[in-house]
Order: sequence, then structure tokens, then C-alpha cells
Amino acid sequence: MRYLPKSDTERQEMLAACGLESLDALIAHLPEEVRQKQSLNLPDGKSEYEIVEYFRALGDRMANGYASFLGGGVYRHYRPVVADVIAQRGEFLTSYTPYQAEISQGTLVTIFEFQTMLCQLTGMDVANASMYDGSTAVPEAALMAARLNKRSSILVASSVHPEYREVLRTSVRNQNLPVEEVAYDSKTGLLDLADLEAKLNDGISSVIVQSPNFFGAIENVNAAADLAHAHGAKLIYIFTEAVSLGLLAPPSKADIVAGELQSFAISPSYGGPYAGIIATRMEHIRQLPGRIVGETKDAAGNRAFCLTLSTREQHIRREKATSNICTNQALIALMATIYMSLYGKQGLRELAEQNLSKAHYLASGLPLRFQSPFFNEFVVDCKAAGTTPEALNEALLAEKIVGGIPLGSFYPELDGCLLLCATEMNKRAEMDALRRILSATAEDASTQQAATTTA
Amino acid sequence: MYPNNYRYTKDHEWVVVENGVGTVGITVHAQDELGDIVYVDLPTVGATVAKGDTFGSVESVKAVSDLYSPISGEVAEVNSALNDAPEKLNADPHGEAWLIKVKLTDPAEVESLLSAEDYQNYLKG
Repeated sequence: MRYLPKSDTERQEMLAACGLESLDALIAHLPEEVRQKQSLNLPDGKSEYEIVEYFRALGDRMANGYASFLGGGVYRHYRPVVADVIAQRGEFLTSYTPYQAEISQGTLVTIFEFQTMLCQLTGMDVANASMYDGSTAVPEAALMAARLNKRSSILVASSVHPEYREVLRTSVRNQNLPVEEVAYDSKTGLLDLADLEAKLNDGISSVIVQSPNFFGAIENVNAAADLAHAHGAKLIYIFTEAVSLGLLAPPSKADIVAGELQSFAISPSYGGPYAGIIATRMEHIRQLPGRIVGETKDAAGNRAFCLTLSTREQHIRREKATSNICTNQALIALMATIYMSLYGKQGLRELAEQNLSKAHYLASGLPLRFQSPFFNEFVVDCKAAGTTPEALNEALLAEKIVGGIPLGSFYPELDGCLLLCATEMNKRAEMDALRRILSATAEDASTQQAATTTA
Repeated sequence: MYPNNYRYTKDHEWVVVENGVGTVGITVHAQDELGDIVYVDLPTVGATVAKGDTFGSVESVKAVSDLYSPISGEVAEVNSALNDAPEKLNADPHGEAWLIKVKLTDPAEVESLLSAEDYQNYLKG
């Protein structure tokens, strides 16, 4: 948008039209405490060159050269250069969603590949292209399950990402779909199967399980699916860390898979845009939101691609739409497509193994809160180590390491616990530093305590 | 084209009753207006339907349309062959491509529906 400067005369004219004498009079109704009293510390006009230089220096000081152990739904993975090179080609970057789809064969090919690779990764028959992100894919999956078995109640594991659960609640609040949570086992951090069984009944439409779950632990999805199916409920499998699919067995007993693809060459970017997907079995395809690209033959008998199920919400179904997905994250999904094809089956497996090994190296010797198999994230009991998540994070930051996520605000009973993540991006020296700083922080705390006791 | 023993609605469904069970379908005119039919969404056996209420939908390449039940009762049978071959609805809507069979709770309802002659007059407008 163009910036249109105003002259003093124009300002006076506008003030006069409002019947005011000064700019201060215009904001006189605002409380004192929210007003900026001193003027901003802005130097006089600088050249573009100076401004670029200034921010580059600021970035070097504040943003570059940091190690990070943050996970919890957004993961730091290496983004191959070619992902941006291809995604930024004008043909992809500037094209809007293909309304006359079949003339955009190039776009359809990439979507077809996207769907195919996600089916291979999840073990499902069909995957849509695509959802806004993992969190919004969850309520879409729950609504889909409710349409399939014409039931309304949703059981969601409390080990599912807390923010995903919030999005779920917000989305279904006015759809008469009650949501109840299933406890996690306080020893393993896994979904409490006994609690799930107790809460299942013939009114339950779906059971939502995430694996690896928010604590990084690998859930027994098949056991949860068996319980759900025994009561006619659908099992919805959620993933936030797509790299885990390179190693974990596909959720073969799940009815619907919903997940986040940020790990696949999508920059963390302060929270978005990302891309999500829903995949399911062929018999449920008509209830799947979004579009499906299929392979066909053109008039000359050549291999060609078409919108087998078009963005039905937008035209064919219109007021009978079953979802509000009208657009999607095609460009972002393309990055994931490029990433998956670059790594390939073997590459993704090796990447996943590297993540697993690094996380287990980092975890060795640390006081873990839960006893269960984990992928690239785990929960450290800082309290047991004699410190707090906040003190540890502060000490880490002083050495240019961004620590983990304190869990107290999400789970009050896990106050004193920290969620740590290690990916292929974390170097051994960083991991050793984290462990060294943890024991140093704990020692400091105990020395301080001893001093207080002596005094 | 429109069998005399069938009864019709202004929403373009038909019903034929035999031994207290009504077989329900859509008319030739309906399939003609819809164009190529690609999907039919039908209720499950055991579901109850009420006269005038929607019991499913039919999707063509042009649009999705609701299906309105001409009679009230319990769904006794569903034509599951249409799941794999919805195009049968274009080919034989008055025969092979029936939609559901309903155990009638109020057989007298049928009397209020259009005869084949009434329906064809209605189509002529």
C-alpha cells in the first residue's frame, strides 16, 4: 500500500473538521497510562544502506548463532535450498488456486505427488490437498467422524498438543459436539487406556490420539483403536512431527489421520503459515474435506491429471458444504512435496533415525519425567534435578541456547518440568552444553539453598 | 415413462408400495435435470424417515440436491449397489436404481401423493 504523507496544513484542516485544536485533543479521552509520553528514540533520516546495516547488526546480536531445543509442535529441521528455489519459481509462486484445474497440469502433478507420498507415509488410501495446518485439521477430522457414524461426542487424549485441543474446542463449540478429555498415565505420559475404556460408550463418535504425543512419547495407537472400534467410534490419529513418520509404523488401524507438515521444509516463521493434511480410507472419501487430484488419460490417451473431487465446498456443495475449507496452502504444501521427494523413503528414515539418536543422546543421564519410548522430544523433571525450567532456560540463554518449553502453564501437575527436543540440527557440543548447564544450575540452586539454611 | 402404479412428489421422488413396504426413488425428470450423477448419500438401515424430510442427498457434476422422503417409516433396505455405480441413477431411475425401502408407519400418506398423470401435468407446468 502506498504511504500518503500529510502536510501540517492538511492536519489542521482535518482537526478543524473534527472541531479540535490539536492532535493531543484528539486523543485526550485515552487514559494517561497508555499514552506515549516521551518522543520515540528515532535518529534523523538514514540511507537505505545504513538501515539495512543497522538491522543486520541487530539480527547478528539478537537472532543468529543460537542453538535451540524447542519443539512442542514446531520443529527445527534443515530446509534444503532447493525447496525455496523451486517453490519460488513464478509458475508456482504467483499462481492462484487453479479454477480451471485441468489446464494447470503442472500444479496438479505436484498435488498428486503430495497426496501419493502422504498416503505412503501414513498408510492411508487417500490424502487431501491440503488443510491450513495441523491444529485446524483436528476439528475437521472430528467433524468428518461425526458425519460418518452420526454420533456427536469426542474423546481427546490429554496428551494431544494443548493448543490443538483448544482449536478443537473452539471449532466444535457451536456444533453440539461435546469434547471430553482422557487422562494420561502419570508414570508413562501415555494415554490411560483404562480411562479411555471407562469413557467409551455408544455415543462416542471419535477418539483422538497424537503420536508421538505432546510429551514426545510414542502412543499405543492400535490398542486405542481397538477400544474405539469395539464401541463403534472412529480413531483419529494426529501427528505434529511429520519426520516421525519416517520411522514409526503407519497408524494402520486409524480411520482418519490428521497432521502438520511444518517439519517438511516449512520454516517455523513465528507460527505460520504451515500446511496440514487429512488422510483416510477410501470408503470415507466422500466425507473428506478439501480436494483430491486424480490420474487419468487425456483425449489422446496420454497420462494426465484432473480434479477427481474438486473443491466441493466452493461450488458443487455450496450451502451443503461439510467444511469451511475453501482455499488451502498449496504453495506451502509444495515445499513439503519437494522435501519428501528430495529425501525419499530411505532418506526420511535416516533423518528420523538421526533425530531419534540425537534426542536419546541428549536425554541420557537427564532426569526424565516419564518412562516410555520417545522420538525426538522428552520431558525433563527440572525439579528432580534441583532447579526450575525458568532458571535453566535463563542460564541456557546466557550461552546462546534457547531451552525448552516449561509445561506448568499447560499441565499444572507438571510444574517444574521442561519439554526438550533435539533434531538433526542440534550439534553434539550444544547437547553437551545443555547437560553441563543443567547440572551447574542445579548445583547453584543447592549451594544457594545451603547458604540460606546456614544463615 | 412414468409407471401408473407409482406415486410421485413435487420434489421429483417416486414411491411404490407393496405389502406395507414403500420403495423410493427419484424420477427420470430429476436425473435428467441433475445431469451425470457421481455420488448418492443414503441413510442406514433402521433409520426413521418422515414424509417431506430429507433422507439423503444426490451429487451430480453440477450440484448436490437433497432427497425428500415421500412417506414416513423405518428404512428397511438401502440400495448399496449405488455406492459403486451411482450412474445407474441416470440409466434406470425407476427400476434398478431405487434408493431405499421403507416400512410404512402411515400407509394412508401415499394417497396424498401425485398420480403419474398428475405428476406429468405438474412437469408440463
